This record gives sequence, C-alpha cells and structure tokens, in this order.
Amino acid sequence: MKNRVAAQVHGWLLLLPAAVLLAAFTHYPAVATLWNSFYSTAKPNRPSAFSGLDNYREMANDPVFWQSLTNNLWFALGTIPVSIALALLMAAWVNGKLRGRAFLRLAYFVPTVLPMIAVANIWLFFFTPQYGLLEQLTGLIGVPNQYWLGSRETALGCLIVVTVWKEAGFFMIFYLAAFQSISPALYEAAALEGAGRWTVFRRITFPLLMPTTLFVLVNAVINSFRLVDHIVVMTKGGPDNTTSLLLYYIYEVAFKFWDAGYASALTMVLLVLLAGAAILQFGFLERRIHYR
Amino acid sequence: MLKRCITAGLAATALAASTLWAQGTEISFYYPVAVGGPITKIVDGLAADFEKENPGIKVKPIYSGTYQESIVKALTANKAGEPPVISVLLSTDMYTLIDEDAIVPWDEMIRSDPDRAWVKSFFPGFMENSQTGGKTWGIPFQRSTVVLYWNKELFKEAGLDPNKPPATWSEMVDYAKKLTKKDASGNVSQWGVQVPSSGFPYWLFQGFTTQNNVILMNKEGTQTFYDHPAVIEALGFWVDLSRKHGVMKPGIIEWGTTPKDFFERKVAMMWTTTGNLTNVKTNAKFDFGVAMLPAGKRRGTPTGGGNFYLFKKSTPQQREAALRFVRWITSPERAAQWGIDTGYVAVRADAWDTPLMTKYVQGFPQAAVARDQLQYAVAELSTHDNQRVTKALNDGLQAALTGAKTPEAAMKDAQREAERLLKAYRK
Repeated sequence: MKNRVAAQVHGWLLLLPAAVLLAAFTHYPAVATLWNSFYSTAKPNRPSAFSGLDNYREMANDPVFWQSLTNNLWFALGTIPVSIALALLMAAWVNGKLRGRAFLRLAYFVPTVLPMIAVANIWLFFFTPQYGLLEQLTGLIGVPNQYWLGSRETALGCLIVVTVWKEAGFFMIFYLAAFQSISPALYEAAALEGAGRWTVFRRITFPLLMPTTLFVLVNAVINSFRLVDHIVVMTKGGPDNTTSLLLYYIYEVAFKFWDAGYASALTMVLLVLLAGAAILQFGFLERRIHYR
Repeated sequence: MLKRCITAGLAATALAASTLWAQGTEISFYYPVAVGGPITKIVDGLAADFEKENPGIKVKPIYSGTYQESIVKALTANKAGEPPVISVLLSTDMYTLIDEDAIVPWDEMIRSDPDRAWVKSFFPGFMENSQTGGKTWGIPFQRSTVVLYWNKELFKEAGLDPNKPPATWSEMVDYAKKLTKKDASGNVSQWGVQVPSSGFPYWLFQGFTTQNNVILMNKEGTQTFYDHPAVIEALGFWVDLSRKHGVMKPGIIEWGTTPKDFFERKVAMMWTTTGNLTNVKTNAKFDFGVAMLPAGKRRGTPTGGGNFYLFKKSTPQQREAALRFVRWITSPERAAQWGIDTGYVAVRADAWDTPLMTKYVQGFPQAAVARDQLQYAVAELSTHDNQRVTKALNDGLQAALTGAKTPEAAMKDAQREAERLLKAYRK
C-alpha cells in the first residue's frame, strides 16, 4: 500500500515540471484571454470595465475580421492539400534508387531550414513586376506583365505558393521516414499476385502511410493559421486586406491598435477554430486509420 | 580650435561636477533603424562621445528594431513598469503615447532662455508633429520628407531637358507620358513615374492632398477630413496616373522595391523618402536629380520620421540627464553630421550653416532639396487611435488604386470608419 502511494507521488513529481510549464504558458494564458475578451480595453479616461459580449458583437460587425477569416479559409484550402500531395510525391521520388538522391533530398529540405522572413524577402523579388524572376520567365513565352503582389486577384495566391514551397519539404521528411518503415515483404507479395502499380499504392502504401498523413495534416492545419511572417514582409495584409489572415489581424489589433480586449476576442475565435480542427482530426479521422 | 575644445571641455567638466548626477545617472535609450548604413555603430559612437564629455551620466543605447517593433517594445516595457528613459519613435506615435499615459512633455524641463531658444531652433515643419495642446512632446531627431528622384539619362533619351524636373502635376503627367516606353506587343518596358502604395500609402497620399491644398486632420487629432472633395480629387489624380494616363504601373506598388525599379531603369521618376538619398547615391549607375514634389494648387509634402520622447516613469535626475543628452545630440554640428551619415534632413536651420554641412551641400547639392521643401511641409497624418484611423485611410486608398472602389466611395467609407473611432475623443 505504502509503496503504491510512493509510486503515485513519484509519478506526479515526474510530471510536475512539464505540468507547471503547460499550466503557466498554455492553460493560464488561454483562460486569461477568454476572461479579457469580456472586458473593454483600458483608455486613460476610462478604465477597463466588464462589457459582456460587446467585443464579440463588434467582431460580428467588423468587415476586416470576416475578410481575414475568409482569406484564412482559402489560404488553408490552398496550402494544405497541395503541400501534402507535393510532399508525398517528392518523398516517393527521392525514396527510389536514383543518382544524386542525397542532393535532391537536401534540396527539397532547404526551404524548411531557411527563416521565413528571409524566404519572404527573396520571394518579394521573385514577384517583382517587370524584372523579377517570375516576370523574366513568363516574359520569355510572351505573357504580358503581371503585378502579382499588387493586385487583389493574385496576391493571396502568391502567399499560398510561398507557403507550399516552404512546407512541402518539411512534410516530405516524415513521408520519407514512413516509406522506409513499410516492410518490403508486402511489396514482394503484391508482385507475386501481379498487382499493378496503382493498386499497390492504393492498397498498401497509402493505407500504411495514413498515420503519417494524419500527423502531417494536423501540422498543416495548424500552420495555415499560424504562419504569418511572410505577410509582414510581402504585403502587410494589403492590397485592401485581401491578404490579411486571422493571426495577422490579431497582431494588428493587439500591437498596432493596442486594443487588448478586442484582440482577446479574436484570439478566442482562433483558439476555437484550432480546437475544433484538432477534435475533428483526432476524434473522427484517427478511428479510420490503421496503426500497427 | 584646440583651445576652444579645451575650454568647452573644462566648462562641461565643471558643470558636471557641480550637478546632481556626479554620482552616476543612467539613461536608457531605445532607437529604431529604418534606413541603410551602419546606424548602430554611429549611435554607439555618439553615446560614447557624450559620456566622455559628461562624466557621471551613462547613456545606454538599445537597438529596438523597426519603428513598429520599437513602439511595441517601448509600450510593453512601459506596461511592465520598466520603460526606457528616452526613445526615438515615430512623430505620429505622439497621440498614442499620450493616450497610453507613457510620456511627459519636455516643457517642465525647459526653464532657461537657452533651453527655450533650443526648442525654437527646429524647423517649424518638424514641430507640427511634435506639439499638441500647447505642449512639446517630441524633439525632432531623424526626420524626412517625400521628394522626387529622376533619371537624367532617361530624360535625355526622351528628348526632355535633363536638368528640369516637373514642377506641376500636368508637367509630371506630360513628362511621364514621354518617358513611358512600350514594346511591340504592348508590354511596358519603362514607366514614367512611380508612387509606392504598399504598407503606408497614406504618407505619399499626403503629398497629393497637400498639393491639392487640403489637410487630412485637425490639430487636436480628433477629426479627419478623408471625404473632403479636394481629398477625393487628389486620390482621383493618383488613380488616373495608371488608369487614365497609363504612365504608372497599375495595382499596388511595393515601397521596398521602388528604389530598385529606379536603379534598373524600369521607372524614370519615383516618389520616395529623402532617407533613401544615400542609398540612391550609392546604387544609381546613372546621373540622377532630386526635386521637390510637383505642385498642384501649391507645393506640398508631409514630414515623417522619428522624435525623442521622454518617458513618465523616470526620476528627476534621469530627466535632467536626458534633456542634456538630447540637447547635445541635436546641437547644430551633430545634427549636420547625423544628416550626412544617414540621409535624414538635419532638423534645424543653423545645422545647415555649419562648415561641415556647407561643404557637403557644395559637393552634393541634391542634399539641400529636402531642406528647401520644408517651407511647404505639413504634419504627417496623426490622430488619437492613430494606427486604426490611418488604416482606415490605407485600406480606402488601396481599394481605389486596385479599382475595387471609386475614389469617392473609398474615401467616404474611410471617413465613416475614422468618425466611428474618433467620436470618443471629442467632448
């Protein structure tokens, strides 16, 4: 009996450091944010006061919020499937026996290593009208000048391209590891049965990669709401908020407008969105995945 | 000269010895870097020089990133209870800093006649953004205006007088038409003129509005006039540069790559800050000129750049020491040297009479254009809840420039938003 108590205490003591960190830097801020979102922001002539759902009402009437949210959904839709598909494709390729494999793997992984701010600055010049890299290439085949970051139609698309480029290599690494853990016996068996390449992929490779796909998907979803560094460098949310994403807007409200109450309310939306996505992914998808 | 130095040194030592801070007062000082060049090294050097002349005072310069990062850091530090003693922040942050109750006006420190003369020595154009409600909250330090740079070679190619920049709006459009080149398939290989519109388009827009003889806000910072007919007209002119006249590339033009467009000869004239002067001087491989912005109904430009602010949570000794430091660093010789090193406009008239500056301007007359334009300069847009009220205008400008709204609709929407925000400050 005494031993069991000691074991319990021992166990909790081992958990304590992590639990303290988690409580101090994750749970407490989340609860404090929720609390703050019901208060108005303090101004010199009127201190912070309980304002109920005012911040949320303001949000419902704020066109920039709705635009940032819509932009963010398009951004997620544009980045997640493409970067995952691309990662899978690249992993399949560099997993095969080909010359210069190590170099290719490195090349695909480099974007992940570079800091986003530096990357964004490089891409800024790629997208430059008239003499940017992209313009020089499209100019060769006679496409007229484009103003990639300067027009409402293309600006968000450009940011999606940068993000996919940045992320795909990172996801590739996970797929590569997963590929190498699939037993060759399965492929040999399939070969004996005379299965075609597509069948092999559909019935063996893809299902066995599912745990990795879920992990990558969770990361991709989180990143689509979390990556805003390139917006600061490339567009600052412009033209006219067409590239403003939710987190970037939160940053603006919190650290440019100094409206802590409203920023807290916006943060709650982000939190609920991400929590919802996590529940969906782990609760629903995970049950349909084959783990060994 | 040597004798004068020694006398000055002796006097300074005597003064320092007789005052409170002999035991050692430290003033921390946040500064941003917004232009190219070894700014951090220059600032550290200035602090060391000051300490040498003023034993007992320690100056601790802290590089704090861009202007935007600096205000975030300063206000966060202020909320945490440990702000810097002084900081260089945008002149337009004045109302924000007052509303956050973070700063004190310099007035209470200014008691003697030399002190009063010192405040009066700055160009009045720079003081517009530094004073409100009869008090002086900011001391001009690194200030700028918008100017027009033009490529003399491209002017010559187009059959224009390379030494005559456009003086009016219609001249600018005429010249720009001659300077715009299209290839056989209709692609433009060279644009006439470029006014950047990313990030902070309001600043360049203030050039157009001032030239159209209208101001954007009242002196108290509690009201904007975004939907004034003359403002809408000014925006119409900007939009028409690409839409009607076809001399400027359409859409939003990136601020950061505009100088590069100019170096690459993709554009013959550009509007940008005087702060880029040193950059253009180093990187333009052709003969270029610097001119005042062209006149509409009058000439005009906004000022821009950073002021010294004094934070409230400081001791009386620190405030005394801070005043001493700021007076020292804005003395005519130092203001001149700072202007030459960075490209900013030296902030006081007598700095331009120093031998150092006279010699510099003789070799590089373009440097004096910004000074000469100051008589037409107005305060940069700044109100209470500044960033939000400014964003309303920025969004409207970008909406009009990308063709999503007419100038009139865009400015009406911007004004409605600004009104909503500013109502609380008017009573």
